[in-house]
Amino acid sequence: MPKPKVAFYWCASCGGCEETVVDLAEGILGVIDKVDIVLWPVALDFKYKAIEAMPDQSIVATLLNGAIRSTEQEAMARLLRRKSKYLIAYGSCACTGGIPSLANQFEREEILKFSYEDAPSVVNEAKTRPQLVFEEDGRHPHLPELHNVVRSLDQVVDVDFYIPGCPPTPKLTQAAIAALLDGRLPPKGAVLAPDNALCEECPRRDSKPADVAFTEFKRVHQKLLDPQLCFLAQGVVCMGPATRQGCGAQCPGGNMPCTGCFGGTDRVKDQGAKMLSSLCANIVAKDDAGIDAVLAGIPDPVGTFYRYGMARSLLRRKADL
Amino acid sequence: MNATSPAPTPDAGSWTPRIIAFFCNWCTYTAADLAGVSRMKYAANTRTIRLMCSGRVDPQFVLDAFAKGADGVLIGGCHPNDCHYAEGNYKMLRRFRLLKRMLKDMGIAEDRFRLEWISAAEGDKVRSVINDMVKKITALGPLNLPQRFGQWNRELAATETAPRPSAPPMQSEVTHA
Repeated sequence: MPKPKVAFYWCASCGGCEETVVDLAEGILGVIDKVDIVLWPVALDFKYKAIEAMPDQSIVATLLNGAIRSTEQEAMARLLRRKSKYLIAYGSCACTGGIPSLANQFEREEILKFSYEDAPSVVNEAKTRPQLVFEEDGRHPHLPELHNVVRSLDQVVDVDFYIPGCPPTPKLTQAAIAALLDGRLPPKGAVLAPDNALCEECPRRDSKPADVAFTEFKRVHQKLLDPQLCFLAQGVVCMGPATRQGCGAQCPGGNMPCTGCFGGTDRVKDQGAKMLSSLCANIVAKDDAGIDAVLAGIPDPVGTFYRYGMARSLLRRKADL
Repeated sequence: MNATSPAPTPDAGSWTPRIIAFFCNWCTYTAADLAGVSRMKYAANTRTIRLMCSGRVDPQFVLDAFAKGADGVLIGGCHPNDCHYAEGNYKMLRRFRLLKRMLKDMGIAEDRFRLEWISAAEGDKVRSVINDMVKKITALGPLNLPQRFGQWNRELAATETAPRPSAPPMQSEVTHA
């Protein structure tokens, strides 16, 4: 019997998700034993044409990481959707837009201008920009066009399952692949991670005070962090209360607060709004000036609360662009 | 498609603001009732939602209201020290201070989001606050996020049927955008 086919693909991502697959270490041998990898651009050389030639739904599962922000990524997402039985959004960017979707605060022209002209490290006197088509030795190679809006995978095509994280842990990945191969599948649309807040599995949980009374917010570089005490008790923004667990609380374990990469739980519609709500309610001050003085410790609420989820938030993008 | 096009104006002639109003059961909702029985006339642009306390207003409700087409969101709660549940209005005030700043960062004008303390006796304040908010939002024009979402998505349809785009016409090297 032929082995089931699996594909890995990347869109607007950093490569960290691919790293997790490699981090399966010798566990990957067990995976390769049971499946044929038909596409994995970061590690192996396959041609898109070969995928296009495959019958529809002939790939059992595609793990796609990265947000969708160019015409090529969109086309590949559509192609892999057609060819796969299960399309899995792998990692924060594919699930909720991830860090690339913070670009939804800016116009495309602003982004291109900064990247190719204004960034301090750029030398580009001719102000050359990437062209959709150019001529070289009589050939006409063409490049993908950047979209105006960065999107999560499910804002472009239908998605079967989600594996969150920046990046997802090898443990979650292995569990998901095992479930897939054994046919133990949850209902469509499920997030393949526990549906509870991170605080529950945090080693600092017992030091979280019943009443977190904020008199100031400090950012991580402004304070010497206690290695045991709950970050909220230290006046440091920790996204734990509004974030799904499943990562093993690695950041708090490494003395850094949670930044929210697993997204909200199933009951949450907008992770950022939930975190804002929880933090603000517990401020001690009762008057405008006092409250604003405490909130001055959060200079960039959008970047703090939507670091991994702007595309999938209720507002999606800055409204007046 | 052009994402930088001016604010969409559906049937611009007949448009008037749609404001979602979250009113506390113990004060502002009763005040609105008072305004009604007192036959005060004010703009009919609010859709009122009664809650047991302004502290019940989850910021998700506010974002959802905007995302579903509200032009403004008004929250009415009890004056400081008057909360039926002692602290709810302070919780709302604290959330309001940051949410307002965040909405501004997300391109939603400050006048579209407002918090007012209105006691059960202040029917006239309900009238003046709503009239004032309608006036300010009318000047701003429609927000209309649902239509904007649709507009943003127009760039997707272009490659719907063609997995790999055929080469567009040649462009010269340095004149892009």
